[in-house]
Amino acid sequence: MPAFIQMGSEKHFSSLHTTLCATGGGAYKFEQDFRTMGDLELCKLDELDCLVKGVLYIDSVGFNGHSECYYYENPTDNERCQKLPFNLENPYPLLLVNIGSGVSILAVYSKDNYKRVTGTSLGGGTFFGLCCLLTGCSTFEEALEMASHGDSTKVDKLVRDIYGGDYERFGLPGWAVASSFGNMMSKEKRESVSKEDLARATLITITNNIGSIARMCALNENINRVVFVGNFLRINTISMRLLAYALDYWSKGQLKALFLEHE
Amino acid sequence: MAERGGRGSGHSSLDKSITLPPDEIFRNLENAKRFAIDIGGSLTKLAYYSTVQHKVARVRSFDHSGKDIENEPLYEISVQEEITARLHFIKFENTYIETCLDFIKDHLVNTETKVIKATGGGAYKFKDLIEKKLGLKVDKEDVMTCLIKGCNFVLRNIPHEVFAYQKDSDTEFRFQTNHPNIFPYLLVNIGSGVSIVKVESEDKFEWIGGSSIGGGTFWGLGALLTKTKKFDELLQLASKGQHTNVDMLVKDVYGGAYQTLGLSGNLIASSFGKSTTADKEFSKEDMAKSLLHMISNDIGQLACLYAKLHNLDKIYFGGFFIRGHPVTMRTITYSINFFSKGEVQALFLRHEGYLGAIGAFLKGAEQDNPNQYSWGENYAGSSGLMSTSPDVYPMQRTRSGTFDMLEMDRLERPLVNLPLLKDPSTYIPDTVDLTDDAMARKYWLTCFEEALDGVAKRAAASQPDSVDAQERAEKFRQKYWNKLQTLRQQPFAYGTLTVRSLLDTREHCLNEFNFPDPYSKVKQKENGIALKCFQSVIESLDSLDWEERQFALVKGLLAGNVFDWGAKAVSDVLESEPQFGFEEAKSKLQERPWLEDSYSQWLQRLKEGPPHKCALIFADNSGIDIILGVFPFVRELLSRGTEVILACNSGPALNDVTYSESLIVTERIAAMDPVIHSALRDEKLLLVQTGSSSPCLDLSRLDQGLAVLVRERQTDLVVIEGMGRAIHTNYYAVLRCESLKLAVIKNSWLADRLGGKIFSVIFKYEVPCK
Repeated sequence: MPAFIQMGSEKHFSSLHTTLCATGGGAYKFEQDFRTMGDLELCKLDELDCLVKGVLYIDSVGFNGHSECYYYENPTDNERCQKLPFNLENPYPLLLVNIGSGVSILAVYSKDNYKRVTGTSLGGGTFFGLCCLLTGCSTFEEALEMASHGDSTKVDKLVRDIYGGDYERFGLPGWAVASSFGNMMSKEKRESVSKEDLARATLITITNNIGSIARMCALNENINRVVFVGNFLRINTISMRLLAYALDYWSKGQLKALFLEHE
Repeated sequence: MAERGGRGSGHSSLDKSITLPPDEIFRNLENAKRFAIDIGGSLTKLAYYSTVQHKVARVRSFDHSGKDIENEPLYEISVQEEITARLHFIKFENTYIETCLDFIKDHLVNTETKVIKATGGGAYKFKDLIEKKLGLKVDKEDVMTCLIKGCNFVLRNIPHEVFAYQKDSDTEFRFQTNHPNIFPYLLVNIGSGVSIVKVESEDKFEWIGGSSIGGGTFWGLGALLTKTKKFDELLQLASKGQHTNVDMLVKDVYGGAYQTLGLSGNLIASSFGKSTTADKEFSKEDMAKSLLHMISNDIGQLACLYAKLHNLDKIYFGGFFIRGHPVTMRTITYSINFFSKGEVQALFLRHEGYLGAIGAFLKGAEQDNPNQYSWGENYAGSSGLMSTSPDVYPMQRTRSGTFDMLEMDRLERPLVNLPLLKDPSTYIPDTVDLTDDAMARKYWLTCFEEALDGVAKRAAASQPDSVDAQERAEKFRQKYWNKLQTLRQQPFAYGTLTVRSLLDTREHCLNEFNFPDPYSKVKQKENGIALKCFQSVIESLDSLDWEERQFALVKGLLAGNVFDWGAKAVSDVLESEPQFGFEEAKSKLQERPWLEDSYSQWLQRLKEGPPHKCALIFADNSGIDIILGVFPFVRELLSRGTEVILACNSGPALNDVTYSESLIVTERIAAMDPVIHSALRDEKLLLVQTGSSSPCLDLSRLDQGLAVLVRERQTDLVVIEGMGRAIHTNYYAVLRCESLKLAVIKNSWLADRLGGKIFSVIFKYEVPCK
């Protein structure tokens, strides 16, 4: 590992050198900077590694009376919705979707064999960032709290808003969002929505999009279990239930969304 | 989802005061047969099918039996009315809809139609208005079905419909060759939301996915964030912003050594990741830019995931988010390149805005079988692709900005690829891409400008008995001048700009003002004169030994190309001493070795190889060229046992020989020459039309009859002569059989470019590699 970092830093040095010279930075300072950054990078890489290992560990000790891994049954039904333990006896392959400020999607084939499939910049940071701009909130918790009291259908344009109901030609249900924030093209509607509605719409937009990309990756990688982890899901039941529902609905039951208790 | 919404508030304040110039828009309404309308959130696209009456020059052989033919012209030329079918498409802002409907009502006289096909999100809203104004029943058609029908139609019928967008290169618009097989493809329509449709055949398509993050998200969220109401203004803001002030980049998250993750530090790790604070102000521009990147990247990523899953590598993008906006075409292209690692190409369509209207129209016209015909874009009647960026192209956006038009002519017969093309999917007819080559573009545009007065004068002079010939000639001059100016500013307006497209546009403009064949009289005269010399030319050729004769035949082919026979001085010489003119022309030719010279290989082929089975010859000029150049060559081939297919243009272009003229000329030669006579009788010499009315030659759009014959007769030699067909086009065309391309370069600039002088000779004999 040290040799690897050494090699990386040398390569890096040469690639950044010209840039720094161009902006007038000194070579000495540059090296200092680089060392700091190198440390940072090391830390991050560990985090990603730990993440994969953690998920796998959980699954190996999953029988201690309290399962770490769970899924939602009836996620859209407030009355009947419940968390149920999921037995990850044979975990591979699985798609690991880590939702932090951005999103990384990893395909895990075995304990040491995983690859980064893709990622998206529309993640927790986007939800929080947009909420700050749209509602003036200042914490993630505050943004989530607002979202829990809002109605996104005032902000989003649904299929039924365009076609009067389902769009049968394409088998699209009327309740599906046709255009996120689509109603906000109209001045009157912009003036009639609340901050809570906007926060909710932001949350729904980001969550649906993550679900959609995860679903496509799962299909392309031929994996049918998707484990969602990351800060974004902390105390965020709305997103988890929506992910569970969206994955099930759009895959016609082929894909299962899984979550972890102590991720 | 083509719904655009948003701008509907102007409904009550319709601008009724505008007056429509009827000779420019809504043309040929009196004969309109069928209507379709596509009403989007802000633009209406109207389609109608009409017949156009225009003048055509017809030639008809005189009955010469028992007459003194010495002082009579060879054949009779008459100008007749011909009726052809034309598709008209007009795009205008919804605010004009009532005015336009009134105008249509007033001008619609002959129509028997009872219904109007309608599509688009606004079709519901304006249904009552249309039914009341036009007295036609509105028949709704599915938006996506129309889009795809329209898309298939333009992909099949409009050359250079498709382009890739490259902002940072000299050529922003990289037009694509039409692939003979357009399926399968992915159509990603970015309206308020995103629809992803896989199209597998004419009638088979499937909605495979979509996304709610689309144009409506950019517009709606953008309006909330920046308090800017209009979509175009939001795009303007975005083009001035810096997204890095708002977005969190990979290097912001991971520090320096993100490269080990396989990521570039400048990638966006979290869109709006830096705006997670309540105290900082962000500029409108930066937020709009960040939003644009977020949405474009997301759409690109999903499109790539769908393309991968369905194993497709072509994605056409459309919808109002894209529609001619360089900013969004650029970000979408970037995103597709990034996520597919260059394996998938983001493609755009020149007439993307018309797809719905075209499709709705086709739905209503199914009984006319529009898909059985080939259609051609009429350059004279179409506005072309305009840049929507007012900063870049501030000129001439007044009326064309309000009313955009597309006209397509129904061609008499279907056009297909020449079966002998080595690879039809990579064949590019044109030698120089003037969109790409700024120097060549400047030269040719100036060249066409300078020649314009002369062309207008000749057009007027060709109709001395017409009272309004001068006036029409002036209108023609003005129209073509304006086209040239448009092309100077926006070379990509009609696809790749080429010498061919400049020539074709001029022909379209001439036809537009009823100058179907300005050279008809000149051609008639020259054909008559040349015929008189035919026998003596044949006699002198026959007196030569074999090898000398082969060379003389080739020189004869080239000599027909030397002079601009239309010039008065030349025709004077010809009239007094026609033989002298032909000899004089030969003497002007460059001495061997020619600029491009594979004559020795050709000679050797004739000497040592078996006779060709069948030669396909594309003829060029009337008069000396066809009669004293091509025919002796044809006669020699026939004598060797080679069958000959002689292909001439279906319609007139400059002084090129037309199919109907070639019939008369051949008949007259046959009367003098037993070889030609028996070849015609035994069907060893066949006359066909090319399907084209261009001075250039597009081997991917040829008359179906010609293609059938070429296959039947097992054609193994293609001869292409003249600058237009062998240099401006097809110079680099690769065929599956032997080919001869010959021309004399009559333009010193072009000669200079190719490394030669004026009257340099191109003799290119090519044998396909085994």
